[in-house]
Amino acid sequence: MATRHDIAAPPAKEGGAAPGRAPADALSAEAAKKRARLSRRWQRDIRWSPYAFVSPFFLLFLAFGLFPLIYTAWASLHTVELTAPTDMEWAGLRNYTRIFDDEFFWNAAKNTLTIGIISTVPQLLMAMGLAHILNYKLRGSTFYRVVMLAPYATSIAAASLVFVLLFGRDYGVINWVLDMVGIDKIDWQNDKWPSQFAVSSIIIWRWTGYNALIYLAAMQAIPQDLYESAALDGANRWQQFIHVTLPSLRPTILFTVVVSTIGASQVFGEPLLFDANKGASGGSQHQFQTLGLYLYEQGWVNQHLGRASAIAWVMFLILIVIGIVNSVISRRLRASS
Amino acid sequence: MRARTLPLSRLRSSGGNPVARRALAVAAVVSLGAGLLAGCADDGNDESDTSSGDSNGKTVITLGLFGTQGFKEAGLYSEYEKLNPKIKIQETVVERNENYYPALVNHLTTNSGLQDIQAVEVGNIAEVVQTQAAKLMDLSKVSGVQSSNWLDWKWKQATTKDNQTIGLGTDIGPMAICYRKDLFEKAGLPTDREEVSKLWAGDWEKYVQAGEEYQKKAPKGTTFVDSPGGMINAILSGESEKFYDSSGKVIYKTNPAVKKAFDLTAEAAEKGLTGNQTQFQPAWDTTIANSKFATVSCPPWMLGTIMGKSKPDSYGKWDVAAAPKAGNWGGTFLTVPKSGKHTEEAAKLVAWLTAPEQQAKLFAKQGSFPSAPAAYDLPQVTGAKNKMTGDAPIGTIFAEAAKQIPTQVIGPKDQIVQQGLTDNGVILVTQGKSPKEAWDNAVKTIDNNLEK
Repeated sequence: MATRHDIAAPPAKEGGAAPGRAPADALSAEAAKKRARLSRRWQRDIRWSPYAFVSPFFLLFLAFGLFPLIYTAWASLHTVELTAPTDMEWAGLRNYTRIFDDEFFWNAAKNTLTIGIISTVPQLLMAMGLAHILNYKLRGSTFYRVVMLAPYATSIAAASLVFVLLFGRDYGVINWVLDMVGIDKIDWQNDKWPSQFAVSSIIIWRWTGYNALIYLAAMQAIPQDLYESAALDGANRWQQFIHVTLPSLRPTILFTVVVSTIGASQVFGEPLLFDANKGASGGSQHQFQTLGLYLYEQGWVNQHLGRASAIAWVMFLILIVIGIVNSVISRRLRASS
Repeated sequence: MRARTLPLSRLRSSGGNPVARRALAVAAVVSLGAGLLAGCADDGNDESDTSSGDSNGKTVITLGLFGTQGFKEAGLYSEYEKLNPKIKIQETVVERNENYYPALVNHLTTNSGLQDIQAVEVGNIAEVVQTQAAKLMDLSKVSGVQSSNWLDWKWKQATTKDNQTIGLGTDIGPMAICYRKDLFEKAGLPTDREEVSKLWAGDWEKYVQAGEEYQKKAPKGTTFVDSPGGMINAILSGESEKFYDSSGKVIYKTNPAVKKAFDLTAEAAEKGLTGNQTQFQPAWDTTIANSKFATVSCPPWMLGTIMGKSKPDSYGKWDVAAAPKAGNWGGTFLTVPKSGKHTEEAAKLVAWLTAPEQQAKLFAKQGSFPSAPAAYDLPQVTGAKNKMTGDAPIGTIFAEAAKQIPTQVIGPKDQIVQQGLTDNGVILVTQGKSPKEAWDNAVKTIDNNLEK
């Protein structure tokens, strides 16, 4: 070609800058056919490629989400042991009906609820307080934020092991301090409430900073003029917090409550590692065995795959119920605001 | 279709051959998906591919082990590799059997992800023999393997009803009583191991009586027994029937031997003769370091545990006396899955590793006590000494105990029953519950755990 494309591109005859289109006047019958075929291909391409592009997620979901879900449902209707997972014996709904009078299940459910409350409520209150403090102008605020997030970045296993040492009955630091103050030793692992409190404290330690950061982010999005006008109206700091900060944080609080509730219903690692017997029974008398732990004990320690599957599905249903309750409450709240 | 609303430039397909591009996309998706799916399904093949041989044309044999078996540490792999230049040995070790065993069961049932040789703990061997024998090689036919090389009960534990021996024993844990000479002396008890053995010879009740004697003048803050769990475990391990009868029925609830062991341990706990500890937990470790108990039921490997947790000032203060009744605690078997690529070579290696000479070497280096009686007369065993026990001839003491261990009926869920009786049972007595409450709690837990 004689024209110098590198200096200036010639104006395209049609269709903008896109290359590759044969000029219309050069159309022969052959080319038209070819074009039609190509355009059919392109149409198919356009129609189906998006599916191909999103398919990795769905393939993964099929393999690791849907298949286990269905397989678990199927297994829950059978008597099946981990030693022979293909050897299933039909059991109907027995694995479900027996849950009704399985005192270990209900004990675990109660523990999950109480540990959930003991851990979530103080956690969110403390997170709110921390966020409020951090919202003031402080020297080295980034440092404090990083420090707050550090527990979240620590592995549960490492943290729990340290907590086990802290809460040790005979040689634990906490009992040592209590002893100095003149309080009797507390058996943090074997007594019901102390053990639940200890497990909750691991959860609180781990998640408070995370929630505080979420609150902090939401607080910083509150327009400054709201505070100014509140101050003009004579509101003190506390009143500002109650009447400006909290209402503005309502959706954020709701979010953290939902996330914490889901987290609390699945608590597993902390009680597992807190057990002095290193078993999955959550203490000698199952005093801090959660549902997640009970599921693990049935499935992996006792190798009853069918029973464990049924427990998993009941947990799933309980979660759905919690989700519905949550959404009803949040809708009410939104309506009332 | 949403796709039709794409911008015009996209519709005109700006650049690239669309066919090739689509093919590429499809290929990428398919290979990604297939690769991921295959990744979970076929890892066994991948692993056996890697074990088929390395670049030097050597045959690589892989071992899947748990805990510290010590083959490598005792130099046995390099010795075998020297003897067999065509063989290369690799091991994969999982620290705790609780994590190792469920994975092994999964691998066996799906026939994938298995190593050429897999170790099985004695607590699981009955379940493996009963449910997985079809997947494992019969090792009794391998050349050089003779059942008479092993203690009779050890050989039988890994043998199926139709006489296939699917695992060869490595070590065992014959139990004696390790005791603190200094604490015994302070409490006015004899310290010579012969006399100490006589205190309770043949009867665990005498052991409790000796404990009461000890506790009268015991140094403050010390107990006679380390933990209730260790004690009930020791008593039960000397019984020929504990949780299952020979027909495979669960009998732990009605077996008088089990109830007796439970009651005796609970009695000792109620009288304050046992520490309120669970074995192998950090707090229990600390009671070793602080010399808080006078006796512990100990297989040879327990001396290693004691040494690891002790302060140097208690070296040589321990001694070993015979237990009221000899029992076994712990031990491992090596099995060869049939699906491996080098089953012949693997079986040869297993036979070599479990031969008396190698077992004796392992004992000298690692303290794993041989399951082959022929090893008991080898100098590595007869001359064995331990830092904790001074010049006590521990090899001879444990060999004597090994010969008295009864052939015990073991069942597939022994571990669950055992754990229920200790962790959900006798330990509660040390926390102020009555023996009856403890027994009821244990039974409730065990029954729920056993029910399919």
